Order: sequence, then C-alpha cells, then structure tokens
Amino acid sequence: MTAFNEERLARLIRALPPAPAAWVRAAAELPLAKAGLDEIVARAEADADFKARLVADLEAALEAEGYERDPAVIEVLKVRFKSK
Amino acid sequence: MAQTLSDSELVARCRSGDQQAWAELVDRFSRYVYAISVQAFRLPEADAEDVFQEVFARAYEHLDKLRDDAAVRPWLAQLTRRLCIDRLRAASRERPTADEELDLAGSEETLTMLEEALTVHEALAGTPEHCREILDRFFARDESYRTIGEALDLPAGTIASRISRCLGRLRELLEGRTEADTPSGSR
Repeated sequence: MTAFNEERLARLIRALPPAPAAWVRAAAELPLAKAGLDEIVARAEADADFKARLVADLEAALEAEGYERDPAVIEVLKVRFKSK
Repeated sequence: MAQTLSDSELVARCRSGDQQAWAELVDRFSRYVYAISVQAFRLPEADAEDVFQEVFARAYEHLDKLRDDAAVRPWLAQLTRRLCIDRLRAASRERPTADEELDLAGSEETLTMLEEALTVHEALAGTPEHCREILDRFFARDESYRTIGEALDLPAGTIASRISRCLGRLRELLEGRTEADTPSGSR
C-alpha cells in the first residue's frame, strides 16, 4: 500500500458508504429467521393437519399459530410447501 | 462485542452459533459487499439488495466450509463478485445491450480500490470514537458541517480542523502498521 495523504484517505473513506440499514438488519437477523424456519418445517413434518393448512393458506396458518410475519421465511416456505 | 476481535475470532464465534457475532460480521462487511455490487458492478438497487442478502445467506450457510477463518474477507468478496456476474449474465440474456455492461463490470481497478477502502475503514475502528464518528459522517455519509455540528453538538467552525486532525491520526495508524498487521489477521 502506498503512502496516504488526506485526499487519498478521504477518497477511500468515501468509497464505503453504509449499506441501507434495512438490508443490514435483515442479514443480521438471518440466524433468527433460520431458526424460525427450521421450527415450522419440523412441525409441518410431524403434524399433517398443520402442513395441510400451510399448503392451503400459508400466511393465514402462520398467523393463526402466532408466528411472526417474516417475509424471508414466508418466501422459503411458499416454495417448500407450494403454498398460496 | 469487542471491536478488537479479529476476523478469524469472529468467524469462529459465528460458527459456534453466537448471534451477536453474526450481526457483528454482517456489520463489518456490509459496506464492502454493498460497494462491490453498486460501484464495481453497477447493479441497480433492487439487484444489489438481492445480491447482498444472498451473499450473507450463503455465507451463513457455508461458514463451516471456510478453510481459513482469517480469509473471510476475500471469501465474501469472491462470493459477491460471482453473484453480481450471475445477475449481469441473467440481465444480458433478457436485454442484449447489457453485454457491454458485463464486459465493463467489476473493473479490477475499482475492486482493488474497494479492498483498500475496507482496510482504511478497519483502521478507522482503531481511532478514538469522536474521530470515527466525524470522519464517517463527513466522508462516508456525506453529511454537511451543519448536520454534523448539530448531531455532535460541535460549533460548525471547528469541524474542518477536527476532520483534518482525525485524518492525521488515521494516517499515523495506517502507516504504523507492519506487513504482519494485515486487516484480516489482526485488528
């Protein structure tokens, strides 16, 4: 790395503006989302009635069971259960 | 989370299921991943967001496959580049004029500059809190003297001199680094 001067340092600091806060938050919450996803999938595999309700109307079934509405989890579950 | 945690220590904690460590890892590399997609590859915001989430989702999923924990930075950079190229290829299939964009995308010069920028950003973490704050607000967040003055309760007339002093401290810190003090190995 070559010598730094104020102008160069300024240019390099400027080159990394923060990513949108919502993106960072969503990525940071991945472990929580994944834990929620794993729990729902495991329950659906063990409970045929719950699985049928997920397939029929995923969001309504999740809401009825008190799961938080996480768009990332819902998208994955829709694909997994080919739900509406 | 201590700010002095090295990349490899952070990765080890993430692998053990430490959610706070994961949030710290995302925070540490979020600007870099974002900058690669929007500056080096010039992805539209919506595609950049998809790439951003995909990078961290894959990183989370495959963290145990990382052979050298200290190499998380180049690993994430490589992952980001690959996903950006996939996006541009998909776009070029839908819109033939994007071929030229694909050729120009991800110039090595910009990628090298971003890598250096991350090194400077990491060094910034070693400066006092007031320096980190003022330099980040002025340069990276593009805030005016007035906004900074109001946020930090400083007279606007003193901000330029503070910025200059803080850049001096940052420069000393960077130039004091030895070859062994690479950012991924020691922070």
